[in-house]
Amino acid sequence: MSNGGVMSNGGLRVVIAEDGVIVREGVAGILRHFGHEVVAAVGNAEELIEAVAEHQPDVVVTDVRMPPGLSDEGLQAALTLRAANPQLPVLVLSQYVEQTYARELLDSGPSSGLGYLLKDRVGEVTEFVDALNAVVAGRTIVDAEVVRQLLARRQGPLDRLSAREREVLGLMAEGRSNAAIARELVVTDAAVAKHINSLLTKLDLPPDADDHRRVRAVLAYLRG
Amino acid sequence: MPVRNALEALTLRPTEFLRSAWPWRSLVYLSGGAFLGFATLLAVIALILVGAVLSIVVIGLAAYVATILCGVVVARMERRRVRLVDLEELPDPHRPVPRPGMRAWLATRLREQATWRELGYATLSASLLCWMDTLVVGGVFYEVLTTFGAPFYMNDEPMTSRLALAAVGVPLTLVLAWPVTAWAGARAAMARAILAPRAHDADEKLIEVTRSRARLVDAFEVERRRIERDLHDGAQQRMVAMNIQLGMARLELPPDSPAMSYLVEAQKLAKQALTEIRELIRGVHPKVLTDRGLAAAAGEVASTVPLPVDLNVSLPDRLPPALEITAYFVIAEALANVTKHSGATRASVFGRVDQGRLIVEVRDDGRGGADPAAGSGLLGLVDRVSVVDGTVAIASPPGGPTALRVEIPVPAGAWRTTVSSSGRPR
Repeated sequence: MSNGGVMSNGGLRVVIAEDGVIVREGVAGILRHFGHEVVAAVGNAEELIEAVAEHQPDVVVTDVRMPPGLSDEGLQAALTLRAANPQLPVLVLSQYVEQTYARELLDSGPSSGLGYLLKDRVGEVTEFVDALNAVVAGRTIVDAEVVRQLLARRQGPLDRLSAREREVLGLMAEGRSNAAIARELVVTDAAVAKHINSLLTKLDLPPDADDHRRVRAVLAYLRG
Repeated sequence: MPVRNALEALTLRPTEFLRSAWPWRSLVYLSGGAFLGFATLLAVIALILVGAVLSIVVIGLAAYVATILCGVVVARMERRRVRLVDLEELPDPHRPVPRPGMRAWLATRLREQATWRELGYATLSASLLCWMDTLVVGGVFYEVLTTFGAPFYMNDEPMTSRLALAAVGVPLTLVLAWPVTAWAGARAAMARAILAPRAHDADEKLIEVTRSRARLVDAFEVERRRIERDLHDGAQQRMVAMNIQLGMARLELPPDSPAMSYLVEAQKLAKQALTEIRELIRGVHPKVLTDRGLAAAAGEVASTVPLPVDLNVSLPDRLPPALEITAYFVIAEALANVTKHSGATRASVFGRVDQGRLIVEVRDDGRGGADPAAGSGLLGLVDRVSVVDGTVAIASPPGGPTALRVEIPVPAGAWRTTVSSSGRPR
């Protein structure tokens, strides 16, 4: 593990891949502001793979759609990087809310240290940086909007959840704490805890199993 | 592969072939062929005689015209008959008659090349084919009678040898199934070659309209992709960048600054704009469709609908782009209708390719009563499908349920092989 366990607030070495210059500069600006080092900022998938080999960064931030094909080269590059080094934290930024891409990313192997966020979220600067830190810490982050679609596609145990429980589960998948979820939904911490307990039971994750059931609940539906 | 005609039936395993209906259908087809041929022969001889006798008067001419037109009648019967040994329809090559009345009908038919091809076929049928049919069918009957009838008509032989002859009849009859089916298949193929519509049978104007419509569809498709690309590279990028700049500005500002509320509001608007652009792009040209094909894109549509959708779309490979996008919009539009009008609690989407046709079915358990004439949505859907030569069938009785079925022919060899369906590098 290179730096996978570091829960730092700064000093990360980051490689950014994004073909739109203004967005690339914007993301780099945020990271520098928070004291991270952008070791390389590239505009296509090939350069991304080269830059990672050269700089051995702590985390990669990449766009899905990139030259030359303007298809999903960024996502493919992320999968290639993860295949070579499953410990490398990768945060994928996307314009697409479609769950297909997120699922391909998460299904590619162990999902710890992976993130899939809509580019809209980058504007919520502190949340974006929190998400990046969470990915570096080995957690899995998926955009709430994408989770909503993933939930819509799923059938089975998730059908048993109430609308509110799904909402809570969606926020959990984003890596939010109970307190953050309570704030987002404008309810008390106790109410959130109650929802989480109820949804964990409905997902057949009994409390005595282990303390990672929160993660397992999220993975239960992110994985197909 | 499913068998579609008598010739293909010959490739079946012998046990399968003999148990199938094809030999019987062939026999019926050939018997009919013999009958039709001789009937034509007699009719033509009669007409020519009548014409010759009446040629002193003008009506004699009518008999000759009728002789020429008997091909039209023979061909019409043959087109129906041929379905016995060929499941694929043999379409009518004639143009629609512009005006009612005998004169208009005659004027149209006599000017068509198809009429003369049909006369040629009738001549062939009456002069040669019916004799062949008779020979084949007669041969079969002769064989069956001589062998199986042996115990009854051979009185001067011992019973054992008569029974032996009858026993030989069993394999002999079974073996005859092949030549009978082969001749029926060959004859049907001949009929198809002569009677099938050719490009110049259709109205030239109609062909041009069809072509220009196809060109338009292609042009729209190219244009859609361009718009999608422009939106993505232009407005969308700038909105993302602007959103980032606004977010950075919020960081720098003290939380109690009077400018803060304006910034928060500006960022909210930026986010709304981003959502709208994304929806717009999805409507113009869905990216998942281009990248991953119909099954994945159908899954995305299903996941945006507020009711459970059973998805069963399975295609061996990537379809041609025009078909893919048409099928996609069929599914999107149908599911939008389900959501808006049906009051359904559940829907299902089915997609398959069967016998060279793409079949898409969308069903719901709603209240039914969908009328293509009433809503522009369904009408637009019918228009889209007709451009790629497809058909739309809607069953929606009042009280439900509703089923929409679209069939689009997939041109042979039009499949696009993908490096890998998931798009992952190997």
